[in-house]
Amino acid sequence: MCYNPGLKNLLVFHGTDFMHFGIVVFPGSNCDFDCQYVTEKILGEPTTLIWHQEKQLPDIDVLILPGGFSYGDYLRAGAIARFSPIMDVVIDFAEKGGYVLGICNGFQILTEAGLLPGALLQNRSTKFVCKWVTLRVESNQSAFTQLYTPNQLISVPVAHADGNYFLDPDTLAELENNKQIVFRYVDAKGETSPLANPNGSLGNIAGIRNKAGNVLGMMPHPERAADPVLGGIDGIHLFKSLQTAWNK
Amino acid sequence: MKAKIYISLKESILDPQGKTVEHALSVLGFKGVKGVRVGKYMEVLLEPAPIDSAKKSVEAMCEKLLANTVIESYRYEIDPEG
Repeated sequence: MCYNPGLKNLLVFHGTDFMHFGIVVFPGSNCDFDCQYVTEKILGEPTTLIWHQEKQLPDIDVLILPGGFSYGDYLRAGAIARFSPIMDVVIDFAEKGGYVLGICNGFQILTEAGLLPGALLQNRSTKFVCKWVTLRVESNQSAFTQLYTPNQLISVPVAHADGNYFLDPDTLAELENNKQIVFRYVDAKGETSPLANPNGSLGNIAGIRNKAGNVLGMMPHPERAADPVLGGIDGIHLFKSLQTAWNK
Repeated sequence: MKAKIYISLKESILDPQGKTVEHALSVLGFKGVKGVRVGKYMEVLLEPAPIDSAKKSVEAMCEKLLANTVIESYRYEIDPEG
C-alpha cells in the first residue's frame, strides 16, 4: 500500500538490481515519509509503505520500522503496535535473516516484540528531549555500520520521551561480548559522560543490534541527518552501508 | 467480575516520576516521606467465571501485554462482585 503515490512514481525501477525497502506504517507513525525520502530520493531505491494491518510483506530486502507515536504510546511505547497483524511477518522476516531497522518508536517496538533485548524506559529527566547529539560508532562490523570507522563520532538528532535504555546485567555483558552495542551517546571528546547522555540510558547506549547482525534498533534518527539541507549528513552512511551490504 | 491490576517498575529500576513526586511532597512540607513509586492501575471487567480461570486469564494478559516483565512487576485482585 502506498501513501504517497506522487513521490513513489517519480522514479521507475527495473529488475532486481535495486534494494527494495519496505517501511511499516502504524497509526501514529510520523517518520515514515522522512525514511521514504531518504531511501527513494537520496539512495534511489524503490520503497513501499506497508500498512500495519497487512498480513504479508511485498518483495522487499530491508524493512524499516519508523519513528512516531504508534497507538499514542498508550500502555507503553510500542506495546500495542507490537501486536499489529504485520508483526508476525516482520518477526518471520527478521528470523530468516532479513535486514530490519527500527528507529526511535521502531526500536521500542522491536524490544517489545522480543527481536532485540532490553526495554526503553521514560527519560530520566521525565521530559521529552529533542536535540542533536553526538554518537560514537562502537562497531563497524555490521551491515548497518560498515561505512563508518570504529569510534567515529557522528552527529544525529534525537526526539523522544522514552529512550532510557535498560537491560539486566547478564544480558548487558552478553551484548558487550558479542559487540552488539552499535552506538553510544558521547561528548565532543568521544567520552561517555553523564552530561552527554540525553535520557539516562544504561552505559550511554543509543543503539544495539541482534546477535545475528540483521536487526538494528536505535533511538536517534539517522533519516533526519541524511540531507545537507537539514544540517548534517552523518546518518546517510547507515543507509548506504545497507546498500553496500546488499550489492555484495 | 472485575480484575484490579497494579503494575509498577521493578524495585531495582529508578523511577524518575516517583522521584519528582517525592521531591514535590517534600517542597510542600510533608514530613516523613521515605519514597514514592508511580505505577499504573487498571480495571478489567470480566464475564463471570470461576476464580481460578479468571486468575489464569488475567495472568496471561499481564504477561503478554499489560506488563513488560523486563522492567515491570504486576499484582492483581479479582473482585467477583465488581
